[in-house]
Amino acid sequence: MDTITESSMDLINRNISKRYRRERWFRRCGLGAVLLSIGFLGLLFAAIISNGWSAFWQTEVLLDVHFDQELFAVDSLAAVNYGALVKKAMRSRFPEVKGRSDKRNLYKLISTGAAFTLQEMVRKDSSLIGTSQSIWLPADDEVDMFMKGNVNRDLPENERRLNDKQIGWIDSLIAEKQLEKKFNVTFFTAGDSREPELAGIRGALVGSFFTLAVTLLLSFPVGVATAVYLEEFAPKNRWTDLVEVNINNLAAVPSIVFGLLGLAVFLNVFGMPRSAPLVGGLVLTLMTLPTIIIASRASLKSVPPSIREAALGVGASKMQAITHHVLPLAMPGMMTGTIIGMAQALGETAPLLMIGMVAFIVDVPGAVTDPSTVLPVQIYLWADSPERAFVERTSAAIMVLLAFLISMNAVAVFLRKRFERRW
Amino acid sequence: MFKKGLAVTAGILLLCSTVVSQAASGRDYIAVVGSSTVYPFATTVAEHFGKGGMFKTPKIESTGSGGGMKLFCAGTTIETPDITNASRRIKMSEYEKCLKNGVDEIVEVKIGYDGIVLANSNKAERMKLSKKDIFLALAKEVPSPDGSRKLVANPYTTWQDVNPALPAKKIEVLGPPPTSGTRDAFVELAMEGGCKKIDWIKALKKTDKKYFKSVCHTVREDGAYIEAGENDNLIVQKLIANSRSIGIFGFSFLDQNGDRIQGSLVDGEEPTFENIAAGKYPVSRPLYFYVKKAHVGVVPGMENYLAEFSSDKAWGEEGYLSDKGLIPMPEKERKAFAADIRSLKTLVLK
Repeated sequence: MDTITESSMDLINRNISKRYRRERWFRRCGLGAVLLSIGFLGLLFAAIISNGWSAFWQTEVLLDVHFDQELFAVDSLAAVNYGALVKKAMRSRFPEVKGRSDKRNLYKLISTGAAFTLQEMVRKDSSLIGTSQSIWLPADDEVDMFMKGNVNRDLPENERRLNDKQIGWIDSLIAEKQLEKKFNVTFFTAGDSREPELAGIRGALVGSFFTLAVTLLLSFPVGVATAVYLEEFAPKNRWTDLVEVNINNLAAVPSIVFGLLGLAVFLNVFGMPRSAPLVGGLVLTLMTLPTIIIASRASLKSVPPSIREAALGVGASKMQAITHHVLPLAMPGMMTGTIIGMAQALGETAPLLMIGMVAFIVDVPGAVTDPSTVLPVQIYLWADSPERAFVERTSAAIMVLLAFLISMNAVAVFLRKRFERRW
Repeated sequence: MFKKGLAVTAGILLLCSTVVSQAASGRDYIAVVGSSTVYPFATTVAEHFGKGGMFKTPKIESTGSGGGMKLFCAGTTIETPDITNASRRIKMSEYEKCLKNGVDEIVEVKIGYDGIVLANSNKAERMKLSKKDIFLALAKEVPSPDGSRKLVANPYTTWQDVNPALPAKKIEVLGPPPTSGTRDAFVELAMEGGCKKIDWIKALKKTDKKYFKSVCHTVREDGAYIEAGENDNLIVQKLIANSRSIGIFGFSFLDQNGDRIQGSLVDGEEPTFENIAAGKYPVSRPLYFYVKKAHVGVVPGMENYLAEFSSDKAWGEEGYLSDKGLIPMPEKERKAFAADIRSLKTLVLK
């Protein structure tokens, strides 16, 4: 016996440093994996933020606009040529510019949206007609790119998008403090546009909100009811097994399949409107339901049976036991699952392609049946646009989407921390 | 819990009833589907139209020409789109499908032209190509160089091999991938056009159309044709960096970078604004949209949208669409189509 103990002690002593070394390596591998993922995440954030940060500022030009009485001598305010007002203001700012092509180049410095800004001002306050006003108007996206340092003025003239004369005019405007970068309000208040300087995220943001609202409204009650029935009432037989297997399978179905289903059922059979958040929400409901059911069942399971038994023991009915005791205790877990499902739905584009939500929509939607897009679709559409200024707007839109996601996940964490009970 | 369930049920019912009432009362915006090539132009018009302030901005989906036709021809109910954009003319089969589904009154509108150019860096020699040269240089299988009537895998490596009049430069063409509409049009207009110059292949079209198409439309995959993605800006940059390459893209990119790249002559015609507009340049295609007459007067603003599109400030020579790269039609053609739009002339295909 003695010899055996001794030899095994020897073995342990001999190997102890090796075991410690292995242990250290094991820990380092885990730490390395964590650091690697943090590094990638950091890289992603750094790339997006450094690309997109500048989109929150937009170059504007201060112009003296004279609302000429003569131009307003037409039938309706909509028929007034506001573009001519802007052009005239530019000409009076640079009276030395002569010749057709020079003038065209001069007009290119200001956004086509400037005319709509003036139109909007006059519509709100018709007393402006006949007066002169100093107004900040959006500059063209090429000018904006120049101001943000994306155009190298040292390049030969034929290799940049703005010619020497245009840069000269820009410099003169900067010297007079008539060209400045201002906070890009348009980005948060406007819908989509073909002109980068007029494009905004609001339409997609509201669209995402409506879509998620429909999804939440439908998938949460249905998901919870399903989970409660399956967990608390359903007999254990082949049918419920079948249902359970199918729910687990549905959770793994690629989302585009739900889009096709939505197209076939909601659009073609029920005749619902295309591109509407309502249909988007319905499709995403189908997608998130399995997630919610599985999470809800897990949290129902984690409520100790003693609680049910105690409730039943003091004479509560089954329904009372569930609604008064089990559900409140399971709710934090259910909500966490729901919010994670919602976050998934927020990032989805594939199913929405089939039901027409990948579209150019300028007006901000006002109801669930109005046509709209959602945030990830807007990102996709902008990433595909040729204009340089859409690059930074794409990144800015990603930042908005991430902010949305992070705040949703923060709510999930908060709910868990606040209401979670341990036994 | 029970009360909450009731409230939720009521909410869902309310939602459904609003949908039904919405569908019954129709749509207050124009719905447009169709070609991704026309998408940038249609969206620009839609935006100008919407900013006019009288109507809602039309909704424009980019579904591709074929997908758009399918949706458009599905019927005349209010859920179907009012307008479909197309980078080619409506096909007989699509027209028949439209008729079958009751979409019997369609107005055809040509909006302008789009030229497809083959360009290289202006530091290199300008290429003078024929459509036959293009086919021989880029097809996967070409007629055997010994003159016999059989197809061999494309043996040409330099332009001089294809045509002794061309420079002895390696064939290196950067072009769009098969998913692109530009690629479709290029293959159809340039490659098939060159293909037809070879008599015995042309004869195939009558006897074995499928085989003819596969011969004429298949681009070589041995590295001479490089799929450069959908981003035409990227192709332009690569051309500037490498003066040996030739790029294929839409005319608007040549127009914007005319100081750095030059368009190759095709069948002796230079890709210029005037030549494309006059229909002389062979690799150009008209762009269209089709209007469902049954929806004019039902969907608010249809006439006004059509008027905006066909106004000179949009599709005219100095219009905002030409800034986005559309090649306008000659004035006479513009007037003819504008008149068709005003009278809503029904298209009859035979």
